[in-house]
Amino acid sequence: MPNRPDPPTRAVTLTVNGTARTVHVAPWVSLLDTLRDHLDLTGSKKGCDHGQCGACTVICNGQRILSCLTLAVMQDGAEITTIEGIGAEGKLHPLQEAFIAYDAFQCGYCTPGQICSSIAMIEAGHGNTREEVKDLMSGNLCRCGANTNIIDAIMAVKDGAHE
Amino acid sequence: MKKHEEIGKPRRRIEGALKVSGQAKYAAEYQVPDLLYGYIVNATITKGRITHIDETAARTVGGVVDIFHHDHRSDLPKFDMLYKEMDAPPGSAFRPLYDAEVKSNGQPIALVVAETFEAARYAASLLEISYAEEAFDVDLKENLHQAKKPSKGLATLIKPLPPGPRGDFESAYASADARFEGEFLHGSQHHNPLELFATTTVYEGEGKLTIYDKTQGTTNSQVYVSNLFGLRFKDVRVIAPFVGGGFGSGLRPQYQLVLCVMAALELKRNVRVVMDRKQMFTFGHRPETVQRTRFGATADGELTAINHVALAETSRFEDYNEVVVNHANMLYPAGNVTLEYKLVPLDRFTPLDMRAPGGSTGMLAIETTMDQLADQLGIDPLEFRLRNYAERDVSSDKPFSSKELRECYRQGAEQFGWSERKPTSEQGRRGNRLVGHGMSSGMWDVIALPGTATAEFTADGKLIVRSAVTDNGQGTYTVMSQIAAHELGLPLEAVTFEYGDSKLPLSPIQGGSYTTGVIGSAVKASCRALKNELFKLAQIMDGYPLGNALPEDAVFTDGAIVLKEAPHTKIRLTDIIAFNKGKAVTASKSNIPNVFKLKQYTRASHSASFVEVEVDEQLGIINVTRAVTVVAAGRIMNPQTARSQILGGMVWGISMALREETLLDPRLGKYINTSLGEYHLPVHADIHDLEVIFVEEHDTIINELGAKGIGEIGMISMAPAIVNAVYNATGKLVKVFPIKVGDLL
Amino acid sequence: MNNFDYLRAGTIKEAVRGIATQPANQFIAGGTNLIDLWKYDLTHPARLIDLNGLDELKTITELPDGGLRLGALVSNNATAYHPIVEERYPLLSRTILAGATAQIRNSATNGGNLLQRTRCYYFYDVASPCNKRVPGSGCPAIEGQNRLHAILGESAQCIATHPSDMAVALAALEAVVQVTGPEGQRSIPIADFHRLPGNTPERDNTLAADELITSIDLPATGYAAHHSYLKLRDRNSYAFALVSVATGLELEDGKITRARIAVGGVAHKPWRKPAAEDALIDKEPSPEAFGAAADILLAGATGYGHNDFKIELARRAIIRNGAMALDPSCQRPGAQPSL
Repeated sequence: MPNRPDPPTRAVTLTVNGTARTVHVAPWVSLLDTLRDHLDLTGSKKGCDHGQCGACTVICNGQRILSCLTLAVMQDGAEITTIEGIGAEGKLHPLQEAFIAYDAFQCGYCTPGQICSSIAMIEAGHGNTREEVKDLMSGNLCRCGANTNIIDAIMAVKDGAHE
Repeated sequence: MKKHEEIGKPRRRIEGALKVSGQAKYAAEYQVPDLLYGYIVNATITKGRITHIDETAARTVGGVVDIFHHDHRSDLPKFDMLYKEMDAPPGSAFRPLYDAEVKSNGQPIALVVAETFEAARYAASLLEISYAEEAFDVDLKENLHQAKKPSKGLATLIKPLPPGPRGDFESAYASADARFEGEFLHGSQHHNPLELFATTTVYEGEGKLTIYDKTQGTTNSQVYVSNLFGLRFKDVRVIAPFVGGGFGSGLRPQYQLVLCVMAALELKRNVRVVMDRKQMFTFGHRPETVQRTRFGATADGELTAINHVALAETSRFEDYNEVVVNHANMLYPAGNVTLEYKLVPLDRFTPLDMRAPGGSTGMLAIETTMDQLADQLGIDPLEFRLRNYAERDVSSDKPFSSKELRECYRQGAEQFGWSERKPTSEQGRRGNRLVGHGMSSGMWDVIALPGTATAEFTADGKLIVRSAVTDNGQGTYTVMSQIAAHELGLPLEAVTFEYGDSKLPLSPIQGGSYTTGVIGSAVKASCRALKNELFKLAQIMDGYPLGNALPEDAVFTDGAIVLKEAPHTKIRLTDIIAFNKGKAVTASKSNIPNVFKLKQYTRASHSASFVEVEVDEQLGIINVTRAVTVVAAGRIMNPQTARSQILGGMVWGISMALREETLLDPRLGKYINTSLGEYHLPVHADIHDLEVIFVEEHDTIINELGAKGIGEIGMISMAPAIVNAVYNATGKLVKVFPIKVGDLL
Repeated sequence: MNNFDYLRAGTIKEAVRGIATQPANQFIAGGTNLIDLWKYDLTHPARLIDLNGLDELKTITELPDGGLRLGALVSNNATAYHPIVEERYPLLSRTILAGATAQIRNSATNGGNLLQRTRCYYFYDVASPCNKRVPGSGCPAIEGQNRLHAILGESAQCIATHPSDMAVALAALEAVVQVTGPEGQRSIPIADFHRLPGNTPERDNTLAADELITSIDLPATGYAAHHSYLKLRDRNSYAFALVSVATGLELEDGKITRARIAVGGVAHKPWRKPAAEDALIDKEPSPEAFGAAADILLAGATGYGHNDFKIELARRAIIRNGAMALDPSCQRPGAQPSL
């Protein structure tokens, strides 16, 4: 295989949580590693690095995507919301509040992905029934088994119980 | 005088806001300057020796700093004793990078360290390793004849081997009116916490290290690393405030810790090593286990004969053991019993405690067997269990310290609507889906261990409680804060619990459902000692406000000492500190279990699960449509987090019955579905209506809090209840788990 | 895991020219499979040619013959939720939504979906032999863990299956794949796009290395009234199909006038047999009729041990999906079984 020492970096500008950030990364750096290692935004989690767990879910140009399966260079110019950009300074988003109220997490490692994923799902207008929500949220694994509490929290926000 | 009650109150997790906003930092997330990244290389053979490692290609990758392996490593100790840690089974613990020998597929054999994660990963893929392969054997079923008794050690003290025979099993079984004989099998399972194992080591200079580690025991990692690298305990600090799930995988220090510390010490740099998901399948796991049961009963439903044999996988170098067969006779007082537990050494990595180790395995066979007997006898499964209810543990001839299993049955049956259940295949259908109802009992032994905590009351009116214990998501942080607040009669907000740090008072590893009992009791004891100190100071304050009152005459409430008989006498705790010249008051206490008292009792939590399944008659797809689990586990500290723990256990039970299994290819000597794409954890769409009930149970024996712990018990009765429900729906008994699509066609 | 160059192509021409300069160059669109494969050390691109700037491939447009053109770069989710697709090709919509997860479907593209590699455990393990990955190295799946594997159309070299759901619906819909290469454009009927492994299992499809998928064209017939996708898998969502079935029917006076059945998870490509569909013509839709069609469709199926169950499961799934197709409103999220 071709061996390329010293991969040249490129300037990539991402608007992350409303702020334009320019990083210099080689093409082989994933968006997830860019967020975690280059921008100190470690709220997006690495649970598998292969698109099999959902912990790295971020909202990219309004859509939830897996940040481990895209490269930073591919997202040059994109608008990205990570868990750090959910809710306002000192005020949690209703979904974050609901996750606390419904005890929708235990270890907390899948939580940012669950929240980003469900916010994007709701904003896209998808998930009309509990059964649909369960299917549409199935890309976010929870090993602690908080599944029912997570879905309860999401349904409460969808139903307007948590505004 | 009403005291402020915190114990037993549903409380939200104190760290909740940090977790939902991405601010909670896990081991790989500490930003430290000039960080190097290590990537682990694993053996691709199952057994043999490394003959050569060619670094040429790997070294050409820009940014590579060093490559560690058995020929290029730190000095490591020669004696097994120095590799022992709190959860080491009898044997010779695996030593990362120690020599050229390969003992299991995927064993770590090198660490590539580079300036970036990507360069380390790429260079790791270029390392060319030559091996001399040897013949291996990883197949449990092909090697059952190799089964041997487990070696004894510390592990068999905590997880006892089965008791000797009682009565005459063979003749009782032969003369029983109803008999069931079954062989059950479940494959290996890997813990797969969502957080990858990770260590960030900060090289502080002069042999001093600060280590952010994914672990279930900060002290355990500290002592282990110190022993391996000849460091002084006080120079090694291990920090783990947030741990992204453990389920037992962090009970032993994992190999990324050794490799990370080695690189940091050799390179005198800060280093991070994170496993990838495939590597999460290369160490401890729930062992593949074959079980054989033969149970016999009389026509009127008295269980008379129990034979339960378990044959479990272990490695060639350690005897991992768990309690698989002991519980049948603790639950059901049959008089003729033989129990057997043996290990089959194979060329696989040593297994490791995984949520409800042993209990979830054993109960799957015991409770499925019980249902088969009930079915033969035409007795309702719940009624059959009630007819064989153990008021006393006949297996060791001891009373139970407390046992509210009967109440679990009663409340669960009522909530579930068990009286509507119909015999096998008569439950009815919904369209193409057959409906089935099943139930099971569960049991988990309460483990008592020593633990330490300190309590400090500060000038600004805060109570600070400290222990090295971790919180992997169980809610320990919140519960310990509640226990402390309760003891001092303070609001929860006035308490800070400092934890997850090896510099704090000694805690055992966090496992076995014992943390609340062990550390909670230590927190309570240290708070009580603190109250005594505060009371003594108050006694000598100006004007002797307490008069001749004794500590038992006073209540700590609302941040003050109040006399029961004279509620207007209120001495503010902050005034006591002011009187102490503003100096905080501290007390430290160890909780040392009274072994002599405890030994007189059988101590266990109990549960009962009631499950409804739907089975698509033609397609064999199974769904657990609703389930109720009722738990008797002594005093419940925080009903909200406790409910979540049990819900989690129920999901694990669903997973054990219907989802997860690490597939082994015995010819290649390795696990083959080593990703979260193919190792199927349940997804949201798999989990339906789950309900949790705690029954009241008072236990004055087990520990000061009367708390039995709940980490395991929620899982144990779930899987067998599902298997029994599937049988009730279809009349088909599956004995190889998990039950898969296709098994019911 | 290797490093690579990166080029964001501005035009189709530039992309096609770029791919030709070096055999190890690769297109990247959604990246959801390519980056996965790269991280497993299974593919080693010299240069990634990013197609995401090719806006002309990002539209869904109606064709003069009544069909619909799905741009190759439209995401799977955007396709599934597109109003015309939902209305006229609900089979495709539901099938797409039964695949992967919402996050992956937002990134993954229509062209990329067709090009995803098999999920065979051994293919994914760089330390195992695999004829698809390293021709001539052997196939451990044949006598190993083959629960996921093919029962039809397999060869002594390879028993892998194609993992796409979307391709199964496209097979039933008789879509046409439009591709552009250095020689210009050509059309590949979906039935000819994926191939059986034979002696060259390293080749998944008939696309040339220097060709680019530009669109997937759907014919006018969409089976909106009578269709169903049924996906059977090891969990209710986020798993590849063990067996899946896409069925489209047209009925007149209670009798079948046109039928299409494609089966996924059983072969190296979506499995269709016109003879099985012809056998349904003029029949009333009944378990017997679908069972007879299934027998034709699955003739010659072979199990390899762990996947033996698929033969019977596929037959039953075809029968069930026939019933489900009569009442599309019974469809459940994730294409789980219903009725």
